[in-house]
Amino acid sequence: MIGLGLTRGFLVTLRNFVRSPVTIQYPDRHVGLFGAAKEAGMNPFRFLVGRPGDSIKAIAGLATVPVKLEQSPRFRGNEFVFFEDRCTACASCAKYCPLGIIEIVSVPGKIDALEGESYKLEVFDIDIGRCMFCGLCVEACPYDALHMGTGFEQSTYVRDELILTLDVLNAAEKKPSSFYRPQFEENAFDPFAETIENHYDAGRHERPSDEDMKKRWVDERWTNDD
Amino acid sequence: MAIKTQPVTVNLGPQHPSTHGVFRLRVMFDGEEIVDVEPIFGYLHRGSEKLAEERTYTQIITLTDRMDYVSSMLNNQAYMLAVEKLAGIEPTPRGVWLRMIASELQRIASHLVATGFLLQDLGALGTPLIYAMRERENILDLFEMLCGARITTSYLRPGGVFMDAPKEFWPALDRELVDIVNTLDELEKYLSGNEIVFSRTKGTAVLPPEMLINASITGPMLRASGVDWDLRHRNPYDYYDRIQFKRILHTASDNYARYWVRIQEARESVVIIRQCVEQIEPGEVRPSFDEVPHLIRPPKGDAYVAIESSKGELGFYLVSDGGIAPYRMHVRAPSLINLTLLREMLIGGLFGDLFVSFGSIDLNMGEVDR
Amino acid sequence: MDQAFLDNSLWRNIYCNLAGGSTGSASCAAHGYSEGILPAGMEWLAFAIAALAIVGLFVNGILGGVIVLIWGERRLFGRFQTRTGPNRWGPFGMLTSVADAIKTMFKEDVVPKDADRILFNMAPIMMTAPAVLVFAVIPFGVGTYIADLNVGVLFIMAVGSLTTLAVLTAAWSSANRIAILSAFRAVALLISYEIPMALALVGVIMLAGSMSLGQIVQAQAIPFILVQPLAVFVFFIAAMAEMARAPFDLTEAESELAAGYLNDYASMKFGLFFLAEFMAEISTSAIFTVLFLGGWRGWDPVPSHFWFGAKLILVLFVIIWFRMTLPRLRVDQVLKLAWKGLFELTLINIVVTAVLIGIWPEPTTNQLWIMAAVNWPVAIISIWAVSKLLGTSGYADPLPDADAPVYPVATEQIPAAAVHVPSSPGNSQTQQGGD
Repeated sequence: MIGLGLTRGFLVTLRNFVRSPVTIQYPDRHVGLFGAAKEAGMNPFRFLVGRPGDSIKAIAGLATVPVKLEQSPRFRGNEFVFFEDRCTACASCAKYCPLGIIEIVSVPGKIDALEGESYKLEVFDIDIGRCMFCGLCVEACPYDALHMGTGFEQSTYVRDELILTLDVLNAAEKKPSSFYRPQFEENAFDPFAETIENHYDAGRHERPSDEDMKKRWVDERWTNDD
Repeated sequence: MAIKTQPVTVNLGPQHPSTHGVFRLRVMFDGEEIVDVEPIFGYLHRGSEKLAEERTYTQIITLTDRMDYVSSMLNNQAYMLAVEKLAGIEPTPRGVWLRMIASELQRIASHLVATGFLLQDLGALGTPLIYAMRERENILDLFEMLCGARITTSYLRPGGVFMDAPKEFWPALDRELVDIVNTLDELEKYLSGNEIVFSRTKGTAVLPPEMLINASITGPMLRASGVDWDLRHRNPYDYYDRIQFKRILHTASDNYARYWVRIQEARESVVIIRQCVEQIEPGEVRPSFDEVPHLIRPPKGDAYVAIESSKGELGFYLVSDGGIAPYRMHVRAPSLINLTLLREMLIGGLFGDLFVSFGSIDLNMGEVDR
Repeated sequence: MDQAFLDNSLWRNIYCNLAGGSTGSASCAAHGYSEGILPAGMEWLAFAIAALAIVGLFVNGILGGVIVLIWGERRLFGRFQTRTGPNRWGPFGMLTSVADAIKTMFKEDVVPKDADRILFNMAPIMMTAPAVLVFAVIPFGVGTYIADLNVGVLFIMAVGSLTTLAVLTAAWSSANRIAILSAFRAVALLISYEIPMALALVGVIMLAGSMSLGQIVQAQAIPFILVQPLAVFVFFIAAMAEMARAPFDLTEAESELAAGYLNDYASMKFGLFFLAEFMAEISTSAIFTVLFLGGWRGWDPVPSHFWFGAKLILVLFVIIWFRMTLPRLRVDQVLKLAWKGLFELTLINIVVTAVLIGIWPEPTTNQLWIMAAVNWPVAIISIWAVSKLLGTSGYADPLPDADAPVYPVATEQIPAAAVHVPSSPGNSQTQQGGD
């Protein structure tokens, strides 16, 4: 009979009507009294007595608490993480970028007795205004110097500010994504809680001991050159 | 006395709420009846095929993401199969299973979007659309776990995928498969018996199977007319020959049949994913860089591989001249070819059915115009 | 001057306090008023002030109601779609529609080049004025009404149909083909649904013995929704169609006509159309409440206005629920439903009600219950019969069998010769990427 299918539809919408919303409110969430009390770490009654002003705001639906989006640690985000000390200026990243938005200028640098011959970076620019965050540069980096970031809130009013220069990259907070970096996943590194300060920690392999490096770069090198 | 009337030509689009992108239809109406239809497209042309001639084989993955942007994993898969065939790369088993799981998830997401937008075209004010999109978002969350992106996935690499799935992916996938079935149940309860949906979609835009075959239309549109043509079954690629699944067929070949086939295929994809999860075993997800380097230089020659995408038969034709970039890339885009019978579908129908029939093709302008 | 309006306490309080009984009209004296503020001979001023005050009160009240309704409807939409709805501006997002109103007023007013400017500017007013006028006869509570016309129901029907003229004017004057298509649909809807709507009300009028909305409320010892199920069914559907709400929103039909006759309107002209649409929603719900839910009748300590408001909100909720759930009908189906379905149902209803009224010309409460007991089976059987007549049977589809496809396709695998192979077979001689 006509109407039964419609009635089932009405029941489906009514059931969804009483479901809790799936919306993620960002950057802040409107909370009621209980939510505000929970955020303040008090029980609702004490919150009502102790902070009447905030309570009235919460009951009127005006109180907000900040919300952090849940992201996967593999999120290919903005603000690349770059460890200059790991970079050898091989320009693999620039070569693999489909859009050619990485610019690298390097000059021969000093020879470190421990770490060998190195190139010094003069320019390392990533124009994230044109970047599509495919992550191929990160995949190409053989020394784990470049990582995807996990942020996404770097919008600006001026296009020029979207060019990440060497200074910006060095000064930025180091919260690398575990995209193409299995070592982070093995160490259970959480980019949303921790940062990586030491560039040795960002590598795929364990750091060789000083003796090994001396042997490799000082002893063997000089003997081979003879 | 008969009133003298004349047909009126109305331009619908490219800026129109239900053209699924930027599509333009020049329609001639006689009252509410459609007399003539002229589709005009190309507004989203980005020259992907030409751009591919300047990019290395790995870089082209990012272009394929953006062709059919609601089923990018399937595009990745079709392209990767073509590259593997061209360069003779043997994929690793775990990589193949992972990309099968990913592409079946993408098929469900795409069918959900198609169903949601079909109902949006029917005028349901977004409620079924949002129920479908809600589930699609959860699938995209899984993609974010796998590859760090939701739409432009770029997950596949020659010979497999770029990275194994994280540990938390598997329990999340199990939960999600249950949720998908629940959502499909809910959608079916809401819509499949709905008298208005019935009366709007039953018997509209009926296309006989002979006509569909002659126009080389593929995908759910073809299967809704009773033609058993599914490349996963006909010409199994990846490991589809190790999977048991039901081919979904309907005989009515009208808008309702297309909707029904999509919903049931999404259910069947859940079954396929469960079998993939059972059969997957640990191992490498892509060949080592010694075997397949970043820069592939396939030998001179050409390769064509077609897969069963969510829209139909998606084929990639690659010609190599031995260099690091293909000499020519051609895409057999199912969305474009399924548009062939648009006039036959629409002419003689009513204005109210125009966008419903159009939406039942489930076309994606990113793929039509490339 | 005919002073019948003084039966209305709203008018009397203002008018008689100004004009006074001793110096002014005899009618006020009859109601016990002695001294007025205004000197004698100024009754016209008292009348003008009273009229302005009451109309101002009603119109502003309705506008406020529209603002709240827009917010409430959007919140409910959100909830039906498991979203939150607007919640940023003000408490629970209540100021969202205020912000929208301000934005609408400050937008540029665009007029198409080919538009008939006079008609183009007139259409929004033609749309809004009848929407407001309807409220004149609706009793919102005991003694809270502007006028209790003895032809109130006819007045509502007549004024309600004027909006279609405005739609046609708007569409014609904006010289837009899509708008014209939309206006034709609007006219078709009006012609089709005005008739079942009016006929549905005949049953109510027969039961109440009057066309005055006040009298109809008085007559509802039990709400007419129980006594007149067929009329409720038909009136509700017809009212949704008259309002052009989903599933009958053919005139706006976002997915087909973009915005229909509103396509070329911008700024506050668009705002007026929008306003009129929501006013129509409120007025329709109010009429439904008055005719079928017993209007302001309720149980005593709670004031009558509260009962009216609660019933109104309930009806609005159901309308929004319908709108959120149902897909749109096609234009031929809409017309078929009106002429082949609802029209017959109203005729059945009229016949049955007339027979019952013939038995009990002045029904008491018990007799009303008996009428309800007769009407419900009649309603269910006739709706079932009409749905059969409309051809809704035969929906069940034979489930196709995947292993026995209907269209014959070769079942064997594709022969190897037909599969394309690369002209020079690929092998693993990939080369290491150079520089």
